[in-house]
Amino acid sequence: MKRFIGFIKKEFYHIFRDKRSLFILFGMPIAQILLFGFAITNEINNVDIAILDHSKDASTQEIINKISASKYFTIEQFITREADIEDAFKKGKIKAVLNFEKDFSKNLIKEQRATLQIISDATDPNTANTITNYISSILKNYEQSKNRSIELDYQVIPETRMVYNPELKSVFTFVPGVMTIILMLVSAMMTSISITREKELGTMEILLVSPIKPFQVIIGKVVPYIFLSVINAIVIVILSIFIFKMPVQGSLFLLGAESVLFIIASLALGILISTISETQQTAMMISLMGLMLPVILLSGFIFPISSMPEPLQVISHIIPAKWFIVIIKGIMLKGVDISFLWKESVILIGMTILFIGLSIKKYKIRLE
Amino acid sequence: MGIRVTDISKSYKNVKALKGITFDVKEGELFGLIGPDGAGKTTLFRILTTLLFSDEGEATVAGYDVVLDYKDIRQSVGYMPGKFSLYQDLTVEENLNFFATIFGTTIEENYDLIKDIYIQIEPFKKRRAGQLSGGMKQKLALSCALIHKPKVLFLDEPTTGVDPVSRKEFWEMLKRLQKKGITILVSTPYMDEAALCDRIALIQDGGILEIDTPESIVHKFPKALYNIGANNMYQLIRSLNNYEHLYSVYPFGEFVHYADKRPAFNIADLAQYLDAQGLKSFSIEPTKPTIEDTFMELAKK
Repeated sequence: MKRFIGFIKKEFYHIFRDKRSLFILFGMPIAQILLFGFAITNEINNVDIAILDHSKDASTQEIINKISASKYFTIEQFITREADIEDAFKKGKIKAVLNFEKDFSKNLIKEQRATLQIISDATDPNTANTITNYISSILKNYEQSKNRSIELDYQVIPETRMVYNPELKSVFTFVPGVMTIILMLVSAMMTSISITREKELGTMEILLVSPIKPFQVIIGKVVPYIFLSVINAIVIVILSIFIFKMPVQGSLFLLGAESVLFIIASLALGILISTISETQQTAMMISLMGLMLPVILLSGFIFPISSMPEPLQVISHIIPAKWFIVIIKGIMLKGVDISFLWKESVILIGMTILFIGLSIKKYKIRLE
Repeated sequence: MGIRVTDISKSYKNVKALKGITFDVKEGELFGLIGPDGAGKTTLFRILTTLLFSDEGEATVAGYDVVLDYKDIRQSVGYMPGKFSLYQDLTVEENLNFFATIFGTTIEENYDLIKDIYIQIEPFKKRRAGQLSGGMKQKLALSCALIHKPKVLFLDEPTTGVDPVSRKEFWEMLKRLQKKGITILVSTPYMDEAALCDRIALIQDGGILEIDTPESIVHKFPKALYNIGANNMYQLIRSLNNYEHLYSVYPFGEFVHYADKRPAFNIADLAQYLDAQGLKSFSIEPTKPTIEDTFMELAKK
């Protein structure tokens, strides 16, 4: 036991004396969560648009007022000719142009219909879509307020209610994803690097020719990172609660327990990586390419799994991060308890056991 | 009870690193493995320290089999690899403390064993190991390898890259450790260090050329040896190489070591020849063969 404590002490010296690993451990999580929370967002706010109003009457004025009153749009300029639309887009500032037809009010009253063209800049398709949707819903709203007096024979009024994230804040979906990436990266990459460093520097040779047992070396490598990853997880949760006002609906204890489970799974993966790589560089490449990319692309963090092609959906099942994201989204946003998450938890436990088993089998007690 | 190596062979892919090596090291002996780089010394060390399997043959260290009892060996030997293998980001003291703990002991417990060595690096005990000089690194590495009072000590080229003064000190330390009953197997490419061992094995291309005491080994040189100096070394060696009675010639510092084929060799004959070759102010004196001469001689065969 004394051996073991001595080993852990040594690991902490390594971590705290290496500025690079300190930065990855503590700088990166905070930077990432803030970046994803503030800068990278799907929401639109204060989008600049231009207006081309051919009729300039009461109705168009009313609609324009409604749009500029919303916090989503800012009217950047008024255009007078169709030919100027292209130029306005090319300048790159505006994202959409509203083109009101001639005699808008007159048509509306006479024929009960008038046309408004929405032209949007689709270089970024998601934003273009969102903008069009927002404008359409503002128009719908205007329509309904006008029709209040008229009785229609049939009318279907959709009444939508968004649950679990009613304000559709994208930070709520990013926090679980970022937390997953950070825990995975810190745990898997840092352990695999620290084990391969011993191989590269030759100290592994001395450790092997000593009474310390291989499993003590591995556990000794892992314990400091469990500890540091838990601190990271706590920091992320605190940041998301206090800065992004993210609710944690479910039990904090369950969240903690599931995080520890995921941390152990990632650590086991890190050990596995270290058994197949000889240098720190290989370990880092495998961790980054083999873990980071799938976590970002296939875990459902950014792109929904249900809209992926079948083969990718199958692959996503073997990514531990996918299950963890389901779990923390469930706990944080939906407030569900373990009875809804036992399947995912069991899968994670199974994966952890598999990784540990494989690492033990692959761990070399000699140099070859 | 020291080390017993029987018929050990080892190949890497298509290179034969060791070809059926056999030797014994007695308990408490200071045994040297002398040979150039690539002779197979490190491979042999790794087999004996249980880090590699041999392809053929058997070996025991302190009575334990290197394959079956590898755990016992790992408890009772000290190993200093050829490459400096301590934690560079840990201080001198932290390194020593760490190795003491993983061997289940403390610095205080075995301080008398490492005292002579450690006392020289103690003034720098708060310095990171990576910032030590070559000689100090080796002293620290030796201290770490000794901290658990090993029965057998393996030192793989401990003096490579170390200045001459530190090298001398290092060997004095080994002599003192030997007096404390530790069996020491040390490898070196420096022939002058070989004379300080009890017995040496000359090793080349994975095979042993000769095993004996350093004194007996030099006696195995078959001819009388002469020290020849001249103002023009290049011309001297070329002339000697063309001499019909030449047995061998090797540069040796600022002289060359020359041996003649004839049993009744006359210095005057050679002097006459060199004079005819146009060499000036040369000297020819009988000298004693060194281990290097013997090694060159044996390696020739």
